Amino acid sequence: MAGAITTHLSSEASKRPKHITEPALVRIVLITIALIFLALVVLLPLVSVFVEAFKKGFDVYRAAITDPDALSALRLTLLVAVIAVPLNTLFGISAAWAISKFRFRGKQFLITLIDLPFAVSPVISGLIYILMFGAQGFFGPWLDSHGIQLVFALPGIVLATVFVTVPFIARELIPLMQAQGVAEEEAAASLGAKGWQIFWRVTYPNIKWGLLYGIILCNARAMGEFGAVSVVSGHIRGQTNTLPLHIEILYNEYQFSASFAVASLLVMLAFVTLIVKSLMEWQMNKRASAQIV
Amino acid sequence: MKGSSRSKGRSRGGKARNVLPGFGLSMGFAIVYLSLIVLIPLASVFIKTTGLSFAEFWGTVTNPRVLASYRISFFTAFSAAAVNMVFGLLIAWVLVRYRFPGKKFIDSLVDLPFALPTAVAGIALTAIYAPNGWMGKLLQPLGLKVAYTPLGITIALIFIGIPFVVRTVQPVLQDLNKEIEEAAVMLGAYRMRTFWKVILPELMPALLTGFALAFARGIGEYGSVVFISGNMPMKTEIAPLLIMTKLEQFDYAGATAIALVMLVVSFLLLLFINFMQWRINRRVVEGG
Repeated sequence: MAGAITTHLSSEASKRPKHITEPALVRIVLITIALIFLALVVLLPLVSVFVEAFKKGFDVYRAAITDPDALSALRLTLLVAVIAVPLNTLFGISAAWAISKFRFRGKQFLITLIDLPFAVSPVISGLIYILMFGAQGFFGPWLDSHGIQLVFALPGIVLATVFVTVPFIARELIPLMQAQGVAEEEAAASLGAKGWQIFWRVTYPNIKWGLLYGIILCNARAMGEFGAVSVVSGHIRGQTNTLPLHIEILYNEYQFSASFAVASLLVMLAFVTLIVKSLMEWQMNKRASAQIV
Repeated sequence: MKGSSRSKGRSRGGKARNVLPGFGLSMGFAIVYLSLIVLIPLASVFIKTTGLSFAEFWGTVTNPRVLASYRISFFTAFSAAAVNMVFGLLIAWVLVRYRFPGKKFIDSLVDLPFALPTAVAGIALTAIYAPNGWMGKLLQPLGLKVAYTPLGITIALIFIGIPFVVRTVQPVLQDLNKEIEEAAVMLGAYRMRTFWKVILPELMPALLTGFALAFARGIGEYGSVVFISGNMPMKTEIAPLLIMTKLEQFDYAGATAIALVMLVVSFLLLLFINFMQWRINRRVVEGG
C-alpha cells in the first residue's frame, strides 16, 4: 500500500495526438487547478515548518536542536531505526523471495497479511503491545517477576516501530521481483550456482534500487512514527522520547519555534527519502531504456 | 522443467515444483516473523475483548462519547477521501497526460505526505490554519474556522491521503489503451462523453482502491490530526485519540473494545482493497 506503488513518468505517454487530448485552454486550467491544490495542501505546510523554525532567529534554532533532550531523542530515534530497519529488510527479502519465485496456495492471502499493519491505526499498533507485555498484559506478570520491562522502554518502542514498518520493504520488492520472473535465477541454478550465489549475483543486482528505496521508506516511517510509539513510550524525557514525541512535548509547552526547529530535522529526512526515490526511478528508467536498445 | 526439479540436490523447493532453492527457509522465516510481530499481537485485541461480557462490550462501544468519536472519524475520513478521489484523479491526469515545466518536481511533491512524519504535518497544518496562521487569517473574515473543527481534521486527512489516490490511478491511466479512446472518437463521441463513458469506467477500480486506501488510513490516522483537531469530546475527538485517553486512564478493556470495532472495519476495507487490486491486475494481464 503506502509507497508500494512506484510509477515512472514516461514522456511517451504525454505525447498524444490532438484528437484524443483536450484543447489547450482546458489543459492549462486543469494544470493550474492541480498545482494550486498541491501548493495549498502539500507545499504550504512544508514551507511553514522552516518559516516557523527560524521565526525567532538562528540562535533559537540552534539551541533547540542541540538541547540535551533533543539530542537524546535523536539518539533514541536513530537507535530504534537501526534495529527495526534491518529486521524488516530481512523479512522483506525473505517474503519477497518466497512469494515471487515460488508458486503456492494462499499467496494472495499472505500478501494481505503483510499489508495488515498498513490498515491498523498507529494507536492500535501500540495498544497491542501494551496488551501483550504491559503490567496488566498477558505476559506482564511473568515479565515483571523476572524484572524485564518491555513497554514504556526501548524494546516496546522498537516492537511498535517494527510492527508499523513491516510491509514497506516487502511491498516494494514483491511487484519488482514478480515482474522479473524466475528465468535468470533458474539459468543460474542450472549452471550450478548455489542459493546465496544466486541471490547475490543474479537477484540482488536486479533489485538493489527497489530494495534501497524500500529501506529508505521504511527508515523514514521508523524515524517518524508517532502514534504507535506514543502509546508504548511512556514519554520519559531524555529516556524514552523519540524525535516526533519530543516535537509534541515542545509544542504542547508552547515552545513553537523549538518544536518546528526539531521538526525541520525530520523534514530533511523526508527530503532525503524523496531524493533517493527520484534517483531510483532515474536508474530504473535508464535500465529499461537500455534493455529496449 | 518438472523433470529437472526432481533431480537430486536441486529439489529443496520441491513442493513448489521449482529449481530454485530457499523456499522453506524464506517462507518459514516470513511466516514466523509475521506471526510473532503482527498476528499474535493483533490477536491480543480479540482475546482481551473476550474477557468482557457482551453487555460490557456493547455498553462501551455504544457510549455516546465513543459513538460521537466514530462518527467524527468516519465522517472526516470519508469526506477527505472523497475530495482526494476528485483531486487525486486530476493530479494523476495532469501528470500522465500533459507536459509542463517542473513536472518531475510536482511528481515528487505528491510523495511528500508518505515521507513526512505525521507529527510534523500535524503541527505545520495547525500553524497554518490556526486563527493567526497564514490561511486562518484569510479564512477567519469569511466566517470559516478550520483549526479545532471537523473541517481541520478533514484538511489534515486530505494531506495524508492524497498520494494514495494519485499513486493508484497513475499507473492505470498510463497503461490505458489509446485505441479505445480513438475508437470512441471514431464513433463520434465528444471529449467529455469519451471521458465519462470510456475512460472513467476503466479507471473506476483504481479510483475506488485509492479511495479505500485513503479512507482506511484516515480512520486510523493520529499524528497529523491530534494537533489540529482540538480534541473536544463529542465534537472533535477522533476514535484513535479516545483509545489513547482510555489507555492513559488505565481503562484497558474500554480501549480494547473501541479498538476492536476499528480493527474489524479496517480488515473489511483491506479485504476490499486487495480484491480490487486483484481485479485490476487480472484486467491488466488479460488486456496485455
